[in-house]
Amino acid sequence: MEIGVLFNLSMLQATIRMATPLTFAALGGMFCERAGVVNIGLEGIMLNSAFWAVFATHFSGSPGIGLLAGVLSGMALGAILALLTVKYYADQIVIGTGINIFGLGFSAFVCQKIWGSRGASGVVAGLPPLHFSFLDKIPYLGPLLNNNTILVYLSFLAFILSHYFLFYTPWGLRLRAVGENPQSADTAGINVHLYKMIFVTLGSTLAGLGGVFLSLAHLNFFAWGMTSGRGFIALAAMIFGKWTPIGCFLASLLFGFADALQMRIQTLGILPPQIILLLPYLITILVLTGLVGKATPPSDYKPYIKK
Amino acid sequence: MKLLSKKSLSSFSILPEIIAILLAFLISALILLFSGYSPLVAFSALFRGAFGSKNAWGQTLTQATPILFTALAFLLTFRTGIFNIGVEGQFLMGAIASALAGIYFSGLPAPLHIALSLLAGGVMGALWGLIPALLKAYLGVHEVITTMMMSYIASYLTSYLVNYPFKAPGWVAQTEPVAKSALLPKILPPTQLSLSFIIALFFSFLVSFFLFHTYLGFQVRAVGLNPEAAENKGIAIKNRQILAFLLSGFIAGIGGGGEILGVHGRFVDGFSPGYGWDGIAVGLVGKLHPGGCILASILFGMLRAGGMTMTRVTKVPLDLSLIIQSLVIILVAAPYFIKTVIMRRKDL
Repeated sequence: MEIGVLFNLSMLQATIRMATPLTFAALGGMFCERAGVVNIGLEGIMLNSAFWAVFATHFSGSPGIGLLAGVLSGMALGAILALLTVKYYADQIVIGTGINIFGLGFSAFVCQKIWGSRGASGVVAGLPPLHFSFLDKIPYLGPLLNNNTILVYLSFLAFILSHYFLFYTPWGLRLRAVGENPQSADTAGINVHLYKMIFVTLGSTLAGLGGVFLSLAHLNFFAWGMTSGRGFIALAAMIFGKWTPIGCFLASLLFGFADALQMRIQTLGILPPQIILLLPYLITILVLTGLVGKATPPSDYKPYIKK
Repeated sequence: MKLLSKKSLSSFSILPEIIAILLAFLISALILLFSGYSPLVAFSALFRGAFGSKNAWGQTLTQATPILFTALAFLLTFRTGIFNIGVEGQFLMGAIASALAGIYFSGLPAPLHIALSLLAGGVMGALWGLIPALLKAYLGVHEVITTMMMSYIASYLTSYLVNYPFKAPGWVAQTEPVAKSALLPKILPPTQLSLSFIIALFFSFLVSFFLFHTYLGFQVRAVGLNPEAAENKGIAIKNRQILAFLLSGFIAGIGGGGEILGVHGRFVDGFSPGYGWDGIAVGLVGKLHPGGCILASILFGMLRAGGMTMTRVTKVPLDLSLIIQSLVIILVAAPYFIKTVIMRRKDL
């Protein structure tokens, strides 16, 4: 078969594009989970950020303002998730499920109010691609990395900084302690609830950036349910990446490739897209069972009640 | 999770749940006001659409039926301390199995064909539930992620099946219609309400009887309430949890089958708007009791059925129903928030 059709420059470019929202959301989910909260609500958080980014761009004319709105939206939902699960001991999984439904309903509700259709918004100005002339000189890698939106470069930066933060700073060490053993962290004088609140909010904000990528870089409008399961794929990538930033990034690249492959195959019509779409979920289960390298979550998904 | 189940079992008061539901409507009213709609007009249309006539009741109960099945499935596992969020997958797998049994078994008398098709759905659902059950029991894999992933696999797998091998000719991704002998009778024409609703009520009774009046049900609850004490008493935790998963999958699968044989008459791709996820919310709002689940499923059925009327009459977007629903879920899941912030109780 024409393997060249599947492995060429445009395919790799598509991989990087489709990996970006996953990288943000997987890193976001990882921070939440490192703080001891499983963020099932990534999907709804991404979707809401995607919507508010378009909303703000529509009324301000500036995708920069849109980006900011998307970040704030992620932060707001993250703060609600953090407050209810950490301070009020609400069940993480149920609140996350609620946030997903809220994200779907709320974005469609306002979309219909503004644009008269719950299916899609109008087209807005997207984030401009950036061009670095020094990258032109590098063969292969240059054309692959050049001319992307700022979010792609931010996602690279995010995973590198996350890795440094988590494993080479005292705050990272404390965060890991809070997730893995809140009791000991508390005894050691760490403000467990504060750490949880901050990092669940921060993680959700990162996921929001993934949503903004979908609506201001991948497409230049909002469409109903446009995240189409990427929040859950990101959770899968986080697990496949064993809750580490580098792992999250590599798994996102792999699942991003699967996404790009799925789109390509759909146009070529050689394999049912559903089979490729379910692969990330299947791989995740295999990873959890230890068939593809054992993975153990850093926390047990229970609220920490201070004695 | 433990906190939630202990709290909801220790007090029989449903005041926090009622406050949560009222608060959800209040916040939704504010969202409506901000968007320039009249909450009064919208809510009255919603209630009229859900309860205003015989047909409205039929629609509400039709929507409540699959949610009641999935809620029962969810609560059975939750009672043994398992967080099974894969009910949607069990529901879908049951639906496809029932659809195929309805199409390909032929020459059977109607009651037998219906029973066999529903049974096929139940068995398929149970098998789908068995996978995360075994992974948990023998490999110690946490069920939250596996059941969630299994739901998505089921969603894409059924979508593949009705888009390729079992696709009926035409543009729509759906199977052939099931044989007439497999269709569940409608019980309130001209609405879609079918015998599936009665079956759901019957299962509510069965689950209630099982949990509260059989020794095995007592063991199942004991495992959920205090696994260590249960183990000391000689109850095999793993077996009881696997049993709960099997029963849960069976009920969800029957629910999926009931939806196919009672409402759609064939498997249509994407026919479930997330009944399995609704079941989680309904199970919790219903305080993990089958009786409570009946009431809570009618509330969610009301939001779905009444929402359509509301949109037609008042132009308020249909998604208001989803917003109310999500707020009910979030607020009901935060009893401690309701008790300390809204009810100002300090004694918790």
